Amino acid sequence: MTQYERFLDTFFNPEVMANYFPKIVEGLLVTCQIAFLVVISGIVFGLALALLRSYRWTPVNLAIIFFVDMFRALPPLVLILILYFGLPNVGFTLSGYVVLWLVLTCVLAAFSEEIFWAGILSVDKGQWMASRSTGMSYTQTLLNVVMPQAIRLTIPPLTNRTIAITKNTALGMVIGVDELLNEATTAQAFSGNATPLMMGAIAYLILFVPVVYLGRYIEHRFAWRKV
Amino acid sequence: MSYGDLEVLRGIDIDVVPSELVFIIGPSGSGKSTLLRCCNRLEEPDSGEIIVDGSSITAKGADLNAIRQRIGMVFQSFNLYPHLSAGGNVMLALRKVLGKPKAEARQIAEAALERVGLADKIDNYPNQLSGGQQQRAAIARALALEPKIMLFDEPTSALDPELVGDVLNVMAELKQAGMTMVVVSHEMRFAKAAADRVIFMDGGVIVEQGAPANLFANPQHQRTRDFVRQVEH
Ligand SMILES: Nc1ncnc2c1ncn2[C@@H]1O[C@H](COP(=O)(O)OP(=O)(O)OP(=O)(O)O)[C@@H](O)[C@H]1O
Ligand SMILES: [Mg+2]
Repeated sequence: MTQYERFLDTFFNPEVMANYFPKIVEGLLVTCQIAFLVVISGIVFGLALALLRSYRWTPVNLAIIFFVDMFRALPPLVLILILYFGLPNVGFTLSGYVVLWLVLTCVLAAFSEEIFWAGILSVDKGQWMASRSTGMSYTQTLLNVVMPQAIRLTIPPLTNRTIAITKNTALGMVIGVDELLNEATTAQAFSGNATPLMMGAIAYLILFVPVVYLGRYIEHRFAWRKV
Repeated sequence: MSYGDLEVLRGIDIDVVPSELVFIIGPSGSGKSTLLRCCNRLEEPDSGEIIVDGSSITAKGADLNAIRQRIGMVFQSFNLYPHLSAGGNVMLALRKVLGKPKAEARQIAEAALERVGLADKIDNYPNQLSGGQQQRAAIARALALEPKIMLFDEPTSALDPELVGDVLNVMAELKQAGMTMVVVSHEMRFAKAAADRVIFMDGGVIVEQGAPANLFANPQHQRTRDFVRQVEH
């Protein structure tokens, strides 16, 4: 066996590929599903926190800042392990799937809250004054004048964050969620061959490259009317 | 009125009668913008009373949003909403505050933009308009709500000289139509032509006031004299 053949046999073994293809696809679908749920709930939750924060009710804001700092500081893996292995000891069991979703949602919410908040602060004070001077309420101004301008600025950092955090769905492996990486490593163990891991990597590319391009596209769409 | 410990306005007492054009001048930092912003409570005065169109806007429980509809405000930096077209800028408060249906709001916006000479720009975004056009669109945005009084805070200061005239013309037409106006500006020629009364402010107080011809030709206070000489040369 030449060096080259050994390489192909290790990473691109056709037999192993055919064998484990269905498993990898199943894993991909689970990853897709969790990623989708995390993106939706994380961004909606983060946006809600940023909007709430803009009302500047001190106790609420302190709570939001505490939540945000905590979830930005702690590694998601630590949170996942605590919830998955710790909670059952106090009689409260969540499935791995739910733990993964919940932790990643909170982490994405924390980061996106900061991004939306920075966007809100970046909108010129004159915009608030102009809108309020026409009789628009605080909430009307926030939703109709400020947010449309703030969101345009948040698209690039939000896209990057969202991709970084949804990649963490791979952490589901350590708590037995049958997502993509879990399927791939299991298949690798059974076959004694690295091909399933390669397939997993390719599947991640298939999932995330379109997201990267979608982000670029949205960024572009939002930029052209810039003043 | 103060910002923190800095007292910005003191003992201001002004009566503006309907259809009057009051022109406010004064050095930078004298509190002119702050005074205008108190008139619709964008700034919160520490004490005193402000009455607009018969109702106190400083009273407890005053419906600020309802009051502000009746007080148009125009800013030095236009403050058009960049994400909305000229028409969208005018229509926003009509739709959200007055609850007008879309078609009616559009008609009102067309009429308001027509009045400031921008009928053909209704679908243009602010960054597709010149400074003068932006400021006139901002005037239309305020006019569409049929205000009882219009406040102008240096409406032409951010404009290239050749665009100033268009905005001043619109303001002169408003005056002719009987609008009550308070104008902060350095356009002395406009003051002489259109103002009923000129107020000179310095250091947060009204130093003197009077008819434009008198105040410019024959100022009573040294500070006014210095200021008038400065801006006229
Ligand atoms: N948001 C603020 N916070 C603190 N101080 C402020 C604030 N806005 C204005 N001031 C101060 O209040 C005083 C009056 O300001 P104001 O903007 O009303 O002056 P102005 O007469 O409009 O000046 P200009 O001709 O430069 O516009 C100034 O000393 C200014 O530094
Ligand atoms: Mg000013």
